[in-house]
Order: sequence, then C-alpha cells, then structure tokens
Amino acid sequence: MTILVVLIPLALALGGLGLVAFLWSMRSGQFDDLEGAAVRVLSDDDLAPRDRRP
Amino acid sequence: MTASVDLSSFVRYHDDGSARLDLAVDGVDCAACIGDIEGALGRLPGLARARLNYTNRRLTVEWTRGALDPASIVERLSGIGYRAYPFAANEVEDAETRQARWLLKCLAVAGFAAMNVMLLSVSVWAGNASDITPETRDFFHWMSALIVLPAAAFAGQPFFMSAARALRARSLNMDVPISLGIFLALVMSVVETARHAEHAYFDSAVMLMFFLLIGRYCDLAMRRKTLSFAANLAALRAPMATRLDEAGAAVAIPAATLRAGDIVLVRPGERAPADGEVVEGRSEVDESLITGETMRRTAEAGSPIYAGSLNFDGALRVRVRAAAGASLLDEIERLIDVAISQKARYQRLADRAARFYAPVVHVTALATAVGWLLVGASAHDAIVTAIAVLIITCPCALALAVPAVQVVAAGALFRSGVLINAGDAIERLAEVDTVVFDKTGTLTLPEPSVVNAASIDPAVARMAARLALASHHPLARAVAAAVGGQTAVEGAREIPGQGVLADIDGVEARLGGAAFCDLGDAFEAARSRDPESSAIGFRHGDTTAVFLVRQAPRPDAAAVVAAARRRGLAVAILSGDRPDAVAAVAGALGVDDWHGGMKPADKIAFLEALKARGHRALMVGDGLNDAPALAAAHVSISPISGSEVAQAAADAVFLGDRLAPALDALTISHKARAIMRQNLWLAVIYNLIAVPLAITGHVTPLIAAAAMSGSSILVTLNALRARAPGWSEGSTP
Repeated sequence: MTILVVLIPLALALGGLGLVAFLWSMRSGQFDDLEGAAVRVLSDDDLAPRDRRP
Repeated sequence: MTASVDLSSFVRYHDDGSARLDLAVDGVDCAACIGDIEGALGRLPGLARARLNYTNRRLTVEWTRGALDPASIVERLSGIGYRAYPFAANEVEDAETRQARWLLKCLAVAGFAAMNVMLLSVSVWAGNASDITPETRDFFHWMSALIVLPAAAFAGQPFFMSAARALRARSLNMDVPISLGIFLALVMSVVETARHAEHAYFDSAVMLMFFLLIGRYCDLAMRRKTLSFAANLAALRAPMATRLDEAGAAVAIPAATLRAGDIVLVRPGERAPADGEVVEGRSEVDESLITGETMRRTAEAGSPIYAGSLNFDGALRVRVRAAAGASLLDEIERLIDVAISQKARYQRLADRAARFYAPVVHVTALATAVGWLLVGASAHDAIVTAIAVLIITCPCALALAVPAVQVVAAGALFRSGVLINAGDAIERLAEVDTVVFDKTGTLTLPEPSVVNAASIDPAVARMAARLALASHHPLARAVAAAVGGQTAVEGAREIPGQGVLADIDGVEARLGGAAFCDLGDAFEAARSRDPESSAIGFRHGDTTAVFLVRQAPRPDAAAVVAAARRRGLAVAILSGDRPDAVAAVAGALGVDDWHGGMKPADKIAFLEALKARGHRALMVGDGLNDAPALAAAHVSISPISGSEVAQAAADAVFLGDRLAPALDALTISHKARAIMRQNLWLAVIYNLIAVPLAITGHVTPLIAAAAMSGSSILVTLNALRARAPGWSEGSTP
C-alpha cells in the first residue's frame, strides 16, 4: 500500500493543475464570450484569401 | 444640415496613451456579422483593436489617442448596416460581473475539492465494506481534511457572508442552516478522524457547496444576461441631442451629456432630449409619453417642454433646464419615493420557507441529542447523531428548490420578450388577480398610425408612402409606415409647416395639410367622422386621398384583454388622457372599468383602493405619469417604448409591438410558482424520509451523499418543467 503515498499526491497535483488552468483561462477572459467562441471557429478570416471558400 | 457627432464623453483613456470605446451594436445575429464588423473596422486607419463580444453584442475598440475620431467608427458601422451606440459601463453590471467571476472561482475550487475527496471517500466506503486497515482509512481521512478545509474556507465564503449578513440583521435566511451544516460537518469530521472513527463527512460538506454554487452561479448568469440585454437596448435607444454652440453650429451629442443652459435644436419629428424651456420657434408637441394626453399642445417661446415630447411642426430651440428644477419630474419622483417607502417588503417564498425550516431542523437536532442521552447513549454518540441530523437536513434541495425554477422561468420569460428587473417579480406576478392598463402607449401603440388604410386604393397609398419617406413629420412617418417597403421619391421638397411635394410620373404630387393639397372639404368630412384623429392629405393630379392618423390600439390589445378576462382576471384602464378619448378605447376593448383624466396621484389612490379590497394588481404602463403607479402596484411591467423613468420603476420590461408578453409573463410565473411549491414539498418529503434515518443513527456518509445529490437532481429536473411555452393564442412573435 506504500504506492498510495505516491499516487494520491500525484492525483491531487493533476487535479490542482486543472484548477490552475481553469483559473488562468478565466482570468485571461476566455469565458467572457462563450457564444462568440462557438461561432468564431467557423470564420475563415485567418486563411489567406485564395484558400477561402466562397 | 448634417451635424458633426461628438462621442468624446464615452471614450476612456489609459495611461499608455491608448483610447478605448465600448459600443452596443444592433443587428448582430449570425457568425458572419463578427467577420463583417471586425473586418470593416480593421481597415480603418489608426485602429489598434476591434473585438466583438457575440454573447452580449458589444464591440470594444482601441486606438492610440488622437489617431482617429471615434465618430468615424460609428459611421463605418452604419455604412455596413449596423447601428452602434457608445456604451457607458454601468455600476450594477460591473458589480455583477465581478460577483460572477468570484462565484465561478469558488465553484472551480469546490469542484476540484469534491472530485478529489470523492476519490478518497469512495475508497473508504468500499474499504469499510471489505478489508481496509484503520491506518489507511485514517490516512485517507486526513488527506480529505487537507483538501476540504482550505477549499471550504474559500468556496464557502458566499454562504458564510450571506449568513453573517442575515444574522446581523437579526433574521434567518437559507444560508444560515447551510453554513451551520457545513461548519458542523467539518468540525465533527476532524474530531472523528482524530478518534480513528469509521465515518467522516468531508465529502458531504464539499459536495453540498458544489451543488449550491452551481445553482447560485446559474441564477447570477441569467440575471446578468437579462441585465446586459436591457442595457444594450437602453444604449441603442438613448437619444442624441443636437446642441448649438455659441457660433450656432450644430453638434450631435448623446443626450445624457447635456448640461443645464445648453441650447438644443429639436427638429420636426424629433423628441425633446431634455426638459427645458422653448427660446425660439413655434410648434405643436405631442406629450403623450409624459402625461398620456393625446391632444397636442402648442409650444412657443417661453413655454416649458419635457423630455420625450414629440415635436410635430416647426423647429424649436430649447434651453435645457437643470434637472433639479424640473417641477414635473420632481413631483413624479417624490410620488415614486412615497410609493416605494409605503410598499411592504415582499416576503419571498424561499425566505418564508427558511424562516419556518431552520428552527424546526435545529430543534429536531437538539431533541435527537437529548433523546439519545435519555436512553443512555454516551455524550459522544448523542452529539454525533445530532450532527448527522443537521448534515442530512442541510437544505441542499430546499436551497435549490426556488432558485432553480427562477433561472428556468427567467429564461422562458426572456425568450417571450420579457426582461425581469426585480428578483422576486416572478413570485409576485404569479399572485396577480387584477390587471390595470394605462391607455396611451400601452394599450395603444406609442407612435400614431394610419387608421383608414383599408379604404384607400393601395396604388395611391404606395405613392403617398414614397413621398412621405422624404419627410420627418410624424404624420408623414405614419403614412410611410402604413405601407412599408417603399423607396423615397427623388427630388422631394419639404415646405416647413405645410407638406412635401415632388414629381411622380411627370405629375406633381403633394402630401400635407388641407390648404396645401387643396382638400378642405375632404378634411372637414373626415374630421366630422372621426374627431379624434389628425388628417393628412395626398394629391397627385386628380387622384386624392385623406389619411386619418391617430393612436391605434396594439394589434393584439383586444385579444389580450379578452384572454385576461377568460382567465378570471379583472381588467381596468387608468389614463391621463381626456375621458372621451379613453371611453373610445375602453369601448373597443370591452372594458367597463375605465377612468380618464387621472393624475399620477389618482392612479396610486386607485391602486391603494384595490389593495385595500384584497386585490393584487399588475400595472402595465409606459408614461412618465405612470411611474409612481408602477412603483406602487403589487407588480408592474412597462413596454420597452416607454419612458426611462417608467422602466426604472417597473418590475419588468417587455419588448415589441404586441401586448401578449405581458400576459405570457403571468402564465410563466404562475407555472413557475406552482413548480417552486412542488419543489419545496419534494424537499419536505425527502426530509421526512431522511430525518428518521438520521435520528435513529442509521445515516452513514454514503447514504448522506446519495440522498443529498439525489434530492438536488430531482428538484433541478423538476425545475426544468418551467420552460414550457407561454400563452399560445397568437402570441408567437
């Protein structure tokens, strides 16, 4: 059972990493416009004009 | 004359020399709009950044100070077909945004803790049933404590702070038993862990917080959505004023930035942007938005004019008066203050439940401890059982029962075009038994419209509409709106105070007054048939027509009044207009209980009399004169076309030309309250099952977790039923 001493802190660290990532993305404004993010993925203005679909 | 536009009051400058402007944008309804707008602005020289927030339809633009004129941004947007209006961030919305971020942070922490503690707890539950060693179990419990104690200290703040506020005000709300439950669960778990016990309740405490924070966040998110939508509408509607500077040059500025003493120009067809006094010009003004009176009044040098008055004939120069000196608004505001102070604070359903629930639970827990002591249990066992009672009764389902329904119902209202201002409006709407309507602008459309369109040859009406589009006169605008979809005639000339004329197919066409169109007899005939309306004539060679324009009822006013009757609601009309004008509308709608010539104080007196007879009234009104009545009524709703003061005093605002949303609001609220009650009963039933188990000492953390999450999910699913559509008889927009 000594493996638990490694595994549990590891699980916590991974969970904590998720929490930190969430707080970071919230702070950088990524949750400010959820609907916009959903539709922006469809826009093609990041492509060069010749690659765009009409 | 095109005035230059000055938006500098909305621009915010940062220390690094950059300037920033927020705009509310109208007409954004597809993904392509984002590309259109950001693309078009991207080509504007000097602009550093343009980003459209699709969720709240707001555009943020940044540029280096002095690099461009903010008005050119608005111009560019209107060039590609989007109306934009500068947006001043408001205090309430900023506060809600900060609150939402904080709640989301708490929610994230609670979620993190709940996931990790469950990992440990499930192992303990499984181990207790099989062969876990006491040492491993203690290790798992201490690990849980390590996660939960700091997490609860952080994520529990919304509950602890609210409970502290309630206690300081010597009252009880739902957060008091919640906070107590969380606190006792944690203390008992730490003590039990130190005693190497089998059970610890760390997971219950953190799961409870997680569920409740989800409910709270959803509630706030819904409120923010409504708030930002309402703020956008307000910004887009906010009037521009034409200020004349010393040299007489006209500059368009937002009306909100006018100062006392400014001279503004009010052209025919415009509304006065502020209260003031006419210094030059003579015209007829329509004050129906202020007093409900539909008869026009003559304004000339020296006469007062109120914000929102519609100017009909001639250009007026108005000196803006200091807000404090506006006698009418002062009187209205005094009445609103009195109405608000006299209104008893409404006891929300959830608060009433909490007030009843908290003492019962605490007494039950105490009785459990005493009971176990009397039958000879040890002090430790008695206290542990009593705390288990508190934990299992910790009102997870009860605390979600009402807010969950509120979120769903507010969403349903939003979809049917009703924006809620007050949090408890849904509960109050559900209790209504009388509907009191204002007439002008509420039962009737806010803008006058043509009433005899059916009797005019469509070809002639189309021609008249094309000519009418060339004029700003309110009567001409009504003629244009009656046909719609036409393009203005080219080369039209407007003769102030008389009408417009232009050549159509080589023949001169005229639209205007009786003498201008040489239609004296026809006007007389029309006026004798319908004395309430204003006439505007049209002549094209020998073809003539007389359009009768007056305030027409909203398209579904009769249907809504009839539907309200069918549901057993009493209907009354209170208007500031002349009694005979009110009688006509009341007769057409079949309402017997109507009162004309009512002053704001009379309207309040009428509502007070209703209240004294035990009725709960919904007041629907739009005018400045309705505002005190809106504040005094049990619950109130105002159309979006109404005056700002009225909307601020009302509990809800509805959109569009139809009256049906007002009735939809009643239907949805009614249903929502029924579901709230059901949910409260579900929570009671849950307690009736869980509490005896807890009292007899049969509750383990596993049972507590299953019972709490089960009951929370049950009430949440039940709340989703509040989403059903509202009044269906022709109410689809």
